[in-house]
Amino acid sequence: MSIQIILEKCTGCALCVKACPFDAIRIMDKKAVIDLNKCNLCGACVPACKLKAILIEKSESRIEKPDLKNYKGIWVFIEQKNSLIQSVSYELLGKARDLAKKLSCEVSGVLIGNGLDDQLDELFWRGADNIYLVQAPEITHFQDEPYTNILVKLIQEYKPEIVLCGATAIGRSLISRVAVKIKAGLTADCTGLDIDPDKKILLQTRPAFGGNIMATIISPNFRPQMATVRHKVMQPLEPDKKRKGKVIRESFDSPVYASRTKLLDIVEEIESLVNLAEADIIVSGGRGMGGPDNFKLLEEFAHVLGAAVGASRAAVDSGWMPYSHQVGQTGRTVAPKIYIACGISGQIQHLVGMQSAKIIVAINKDPDAPIFKVATYGIVADLFQIVPALTKKFQERLKK
Amino acid sequence: MNIIVCIKQVPETTEVKINPETNTLIREGVKSIINPFDMYAIEEGVRLKEKFGGKTTVITMGPPQAEIALKEAISMGIDEGILICDKAFAGSDTWATSYTLSSAIKKIGQFDLILCGKQASDGDTAQVGPGISAHLDIPQVTYVKKIEEVRSNSLRVERMMEEGYEIIETPLPALLTVVKEINEPRIPSLKGMLRARSAKIITWTQKELDLEVTAIGLSGSPTQVVKIFTPPPRIGGQMLTGEPREIAEKLVDLLKQEVT
Repeated sequence: MSIQIILEKCTGCALCVKACPFDAIRIMDKKAVIDLNKCNLCGACVPACKLKAILIEKSESRIEKPDLKNYKGIWVFIEQKNSLIQSVSYELLGKARDLAKKLSCEVSGVLIGNGLDDQLDELFWRGADNIYLVQAPEITHFQDEPYTNILVKLIQEYKPEIVLCGATAIGRSLISRVAVKIKAGLTADCTGLDIDPDKKILLQTRPAFGGNIMATIISPNFRPQMATVRHKVMQPLEPDKKRKGKVIRESFDSPVYASRTKLLDIVEEIESLVNLAEADIIVSGGRGMGGPDNFKLLEEFAHVLGAAVGASRAAVDSGWMPYSHQVGQTGRTVAPKIYIACGISGQIQHLVGMQSAKIIVAINKDPDAPIFKVATYGIVADLFQIVPALTKKFQERLKK
Repeated sequence: MNIIVCIKQVPETTEVKINPETNTLIREGVKSIINPFDMYAIEEGVRLKEKFGGKTTVITMGPPQAEIALKEAISMGIDEGILICDKAFAGSDTWATSYTLSSAIKKIGQFDLILCGKQASDGDTAQVGPGISAHLDIPQVTYVKKIEEVRSNSLRVERMMEEGYEIIETPLPALLTVVKEINEPRIPSLKGMLRARSAKIITWTQKELDLEVTAIGLSGSPTQVVKIFTPPPRIGGQMLTGEPREIAEKLVDLLKQEVT
């Protein structure tokens, strides 16, 4: 396994230097030279080279490939919490339908829990052809081990070619464990999923380096091809109440349901009016809020809009808002329809947590604040004047 | 309590900038740091050791220069650093990385707890922590925001969820991935820095580990990167000006379709 520059072909044009995300290529004496200590063999330079002068060779001693052709159909892990199906699952079913069209295959949901029968119709309406349903009292709530065991057993038996899962707290823990157990490729936080028209494989596109670059990832020699997608990235289908599907009930021996970890309690934090990850609108405050009391302004505004209140790291570190409200790299990643940033300068760590919002409104006194670079609508003004004015106007408008 | 902390050296993302002319990443002079989330894992490991005794070991897989990250962890109070370093590991995805790290952990031998940050700031996958526990077949709790109680063979922890948290009990040995809320990492003391400077980092290559050659590096990785590109920049925004009342009026009009 190695990377090589074919010196006869290389002209030292430096296109590969620009393409390298690891700063591992230099031009010396008009030829590209690769620093193997930095090179990660990511392959970004190969398509960048117009002269086909870069070769990455893989050792041939691969483990035996599974018979790829036996794997068919797209699966979605249907997430439930407190026996309520989470909306990210409907979004994934919508995307799965789109992919299934290109592969001419079926879409199936895997639902694990207890007392879920009344929600099956909605899954069919939203795009599922089949539901694999595993119900038992001991698996009412998510725990890593039993859910992993069940999913692994189902995948081994039914051999789906693609498995999609929400990039949620539950989904990320579960699916990483499953992927290791069955040796499958897994790509986190995909923002784009498509099918390669020739090879019929899953093209998984995701942001890397804090969203500064995008990478398209494939898993051609392993099945299933697995990917997670964040909430609100894909669109659910409108429910079609005429759609019907098949329920396949499965049950396993009790060791499969056993968990070494024990869930003792679930504590819901009611301090946040609306769950940040679920909110369509988020009103967020930063250092410019000046102090904890001023967040009342934002709470009033949020109340009028039916929005959740977020905060930048600066506001959380100052103790003005609890950590559960923090948006950004070390906090939560959100993708609402509207994100209103009040007194937030827009450090990269904040931007990576909210730049997938459809509309960004930035209110800041400093016209040079980086937040304005990503803002759909920018307002250079004192937020203490603008926010009350906005609250009033929206109140008037929404009453009508 | 013997604790292993897994860390990763990452570029300091605040300094990752895009060259507006070529639309490529500028990486010259970008500093390498310990993944910010791993700092909480290091701190938690050191705190547990200070309270309950035992040994703390920090491990990382990476290029030779990742030794600096291990030394920084030692300066914060970790006892020992191990670097997993071999060109054969280049191109590892999360599957191969967690496999290689789990093999190194087996070589370390007896442990009670493995701590990881919730994810790395460059890849953001959050897959390696659970991957390690799957390879080792030990219980895991992800997104831990508090260790409530430590018993001789179990822990009670709070796991952060979207709408609150869960209280979970896990037997030991176990793997936890931790979030920022769990603690505030310390600044290394002068004594710690001096100790780190003279600390000897152990390096393990492919030879020292019991690894299937088909499961490491690029060849052992189920996923492959086929394309890397810069995302189209967000379309330039519109500035709203005027008196607060006028601005509010304009914005309400612009947003009225989205707000119902």
